[in-house]
Amino acid sequence: MSALATMFSHAYLREAFLAGTFVALAAGLVGYLLVLRAQVFTADALSHVSFTGAFAALALGLDLRVGLFATTVLVGLGMAAAGRRAKPDDVVIGGAFAWVLGLGVLLLTLYTTRRSAGNGAASVTVLFGSVFGIGHGRAVAAAAIGLGVCLLLAIVARPLIFASLDETVAAVRGVPVRLLGFGFLALTAVAAAEATQVVGSLLILGLVAAPAGAAARLVGNPYRALPLSGALAVLSVWAGLTIAYLVPVLPPSFAILAVATGLLVAALLTGRLRRRSRRRSLAPGTDRVPAVRGG
Amino acid sequence: MDDVRFSVDLVADVVQMWSQPFMVNAFRAGTIVAVLSALTGWLVVLRRQTFVAHTLSAVGFPGAAGATLLGAGALTGYFGFCLAAAVVIALLGGRGAGRHGHESALVGTVQGFLLACGFLFVALYKGFLNGTSALLFGSFLGITGGQVTVLAVLAVLVLALLAVAGRPLLFASTDAETARVAGVPVRALDLGFLLVLGATVAAVASITGALLVFALLVLPAATAHRITARPARGLALSVLFGLVAVWSALTATYYSPYPLGFWLTSIAFAGFVTAAGGRAGLDRRHRGGRLVTVFPRDGLPGSRRTAP
Amino acid sequence: MTADPAAHFGRLPATVIEVRDAAVELGGRRVWHDVRVDVAAGEFAAILGPNGVGKSTLLKAMLGLQPLAAGQIRVLATSPARARRAIGYLPQRRSFDASTRIRGVDLIRLGVDGHRWGLPLPGRPARQRKQRIAELVELVGAGRYAHRPVGTLSGGEQQRILIAQALARRPRILLLDEPLDSLDLPNQAAIAALVGRIGRDQGVAVVMVAHDVNPIVAHLDRVVYLGPAGSVVGAPEQVLDSASLTALYGTPVEVLRTAGGRTVVVGVPDSPVGHDHQPVGG
Repeated sequence: MSALATMFSHAYLREAFLAGTFVALAAGLVGYLLVLRAQVFTADALSHVSFTGAFAALALGLDLRVGLFATTVLVGLGMAAAGRRAKPDDVVIGGAFAWVLGLGVLLLTLYTTRRSAGNGAASVTVLFGSVFGIGHGRAVAAAAIGLGVCLLLAIVARPLIFASLDETVAAVRGVPVRLLGFGFLALTAVAAAEATQVVGSLLILGLVAAPAGAAARLVGNPYRALPLSGALAVLSVWAGLTIAYLVPVLPPSFAILAVATGLLVAALLTGRLRRRSRRRSLAPGTDRVPAVRGG
Repeated sequence: MDDVRFSVDLVADVVQMWSQPFMVNAFRAGTIVAVLSALTGWLVVLRRQTFVAHTLSAVGFPGAAGATLLGAGALTGYFGFCLAAAVVIALLGGRGAGRHGHESALVGTVQGFLLACGFLFVALYKGFLNGTSALLFGSFLGITGGQVTVLAVLAVLVLALLAVAGRPLLFASTDAETARVAGVPVRALDLGFLLVLGATVAAVASITGALLVFALLVLPAATAHRITARPARGLALSVLFGLVAVWSALTATYYSPYPLGFWLTSIAFAGFVTAAGGRAGLDRRHRGGRLVTVFPRDGLPGSRRTAP
Repeated sequence: MTADPAAHFGRLPATVIEVRDAAVELGGRRVWHDVRVDVAAGEFAAILGPNGVGKSTLLKAMLGLQPLAAGQIRVLATSPARARRAIGYLPQRRSFDASTRIRGVDLIRLGVDGHRWGLPLPGRPARQRKQRIAELVELVGAGRYAHRPVGTLSGGEQQRILIAQALARRPRILLLDEPLDSLDLPNQAAIAALVGRIGRDQGVAVVMVAHDVNPIVAHLDRVVYLGPAGSVVGAPEQVLDSASLTALYGTPVEVLRTAGGRTVVVGVPDSPVGHDHQPVGG
């Protein structure tokens, strides 16, 4: 208990919580919309691209974040333009993503040979994150950008959900479907670059997909599931950071992902239990059919 | 490796390259893996299971890292984890895994969590940081003759399975409902194919690393799909592209300071882009410009194509 | 009236599908009940009715894929599951995705030998198979486009390929689930005529689930009308009559006979009966 009480006396933990909270909120909100639009694969590709971006910046001697944001946003917009109606093909995304990752490996080699020092650690930092060493300035910037993403999403959430659920009808009703598709992928790209700094580029997908999947299972109404997804993501980060602080052998990224995965599993189990009890309460011959979702 | 130079005399180059035992083993393993992944990959593209393939490959990383932590060797870890994950995915999601939003969230979470587990293993095994890069992005150094034998046995096994179950599998992949009525055991084939996919991914990951499996598993096959719609020709082309990609990437890596992962992905992706561009151009020339809205099989409305 | 029916018809057509007082429950709800139908070889029967009354479910029951809550279905004098090898089935679907890069002939070929294990061997069977595929392509008139990727074909062309696939193993029964859905009017008429001709010429019993009776009415021998209030089975001229359809739907339905002898059904509501249907726009 005493460890918990003194937790926030550490500056590195305060910074991790500050950055983690807003990054998680942005990732949770973006994630739910990605699930709704069946674009989870896109986020996956973007997250891996962020790896290459980071190393491009390092190889050129720039700030790592410049590379992160520039590449994810560019690739996000590129994928939106390449895909039909801003919904790209799986093979195209996967192929491009593998190639960009290959470029990242090349840049990693260039960076390591140029600096000629033990930089195995740099690749691990980018791949798996190091939120405990984020530093004050970067933490504030990450929180501010995360907040900005959340506000923008709040503004476009309603037409975006409409366009995601029924594109054609939304287009007829005057929703700028294509523009929203572009804008949303750009926001996803920013959120991915943000999350790279907290959990690392390889683990973004977990932070984006798990809370969203849990929220979608628990609540059918998209307007309630969207904030729930954000809340669950924040909860994962808070709990994960606390666990990583108390058990130092666990890396914070692992702890965050473990909590998020646990939440999704819990949501799946409650969903199953609820469905079973509803089925039992239905006598044969009644007119109501239980809504059976998924296979 | 710094003193080798690529010369105009290709024969001399190859002889020089193959005088190194590790290069011979790399070529042997690469050839086996290229054939295996090209055939499985062709079916993966047809069945639209690229997302599942990608997830299985991500699973390979904690497997290899965990096995290294326990001292069991990376190849054991790749196979153990990929096959186990294939079973789990089959039981959870079945054939459609990754096609719909909710299922892809599940698959994506599993993937993220497993990579995190890999990271945990790496963190626990302190002196391992430089090996991480090899597990993630591949390495052709240090492939032993024993590993080549394991890969060869596996490849023969998978090829035999695909030969026996090829036609029903093709039927179930294009049209599951009709196939079931015709007496094809669709569910058993789905599970069986996922296991084959798991084994293939493990084999590919041992060469390309866990993160670049897509380059060898999906890209040659997708290139073949763009060029021909005939199953037999498609499979043959897929194998051809896979072999060309692996052989040229290994040679380029040997004669250049740049890593295998870069060459392999670049060559495979360049082939795919060329074929996809050519196909798009041909299609445009064959048809008029009339656009129609179709309902693809994933049930998402609104994708468009040009009417014939 | 006491005359022997066999004498009247010359030869009594063999009944291939017998549905006896069948009922089906889905999720605890009885979708239809007391359905009695006989379909004879060479006959063309249609299953009609509004959305959600279980038309496709009846087809699945005939395939043995949907267990019955009551009654019995016998196909070719045996259980539906055992008779399945002699049934050609066309499931309800939307179209193939444009990126599906498999040719039409490959799909047809899967109908011929897609259920077989092992590699196809060259020789006489291979030549026979090739000939059979060519026959099937000819039969449905798909020669012009059968060698193109199926994703690039129009809805009507895809439907012809799939019908050829369903016919590949010379089935004695053809079960088609909404094959006319999402086709334009000329294609609806063409596919209906094709199916009617194949059924008559080859002695195949055809059961087609349809949303709209008008494109197929000229070819029909028998009609099964499933409605929320019950079901009616009979020859088209008996069932397709204003009074009985109005009773089935609970809303006015008119059946008109044109001077040329064609039957047209007017006023069948498209929406599921029992739901509020608000017209959109003007």
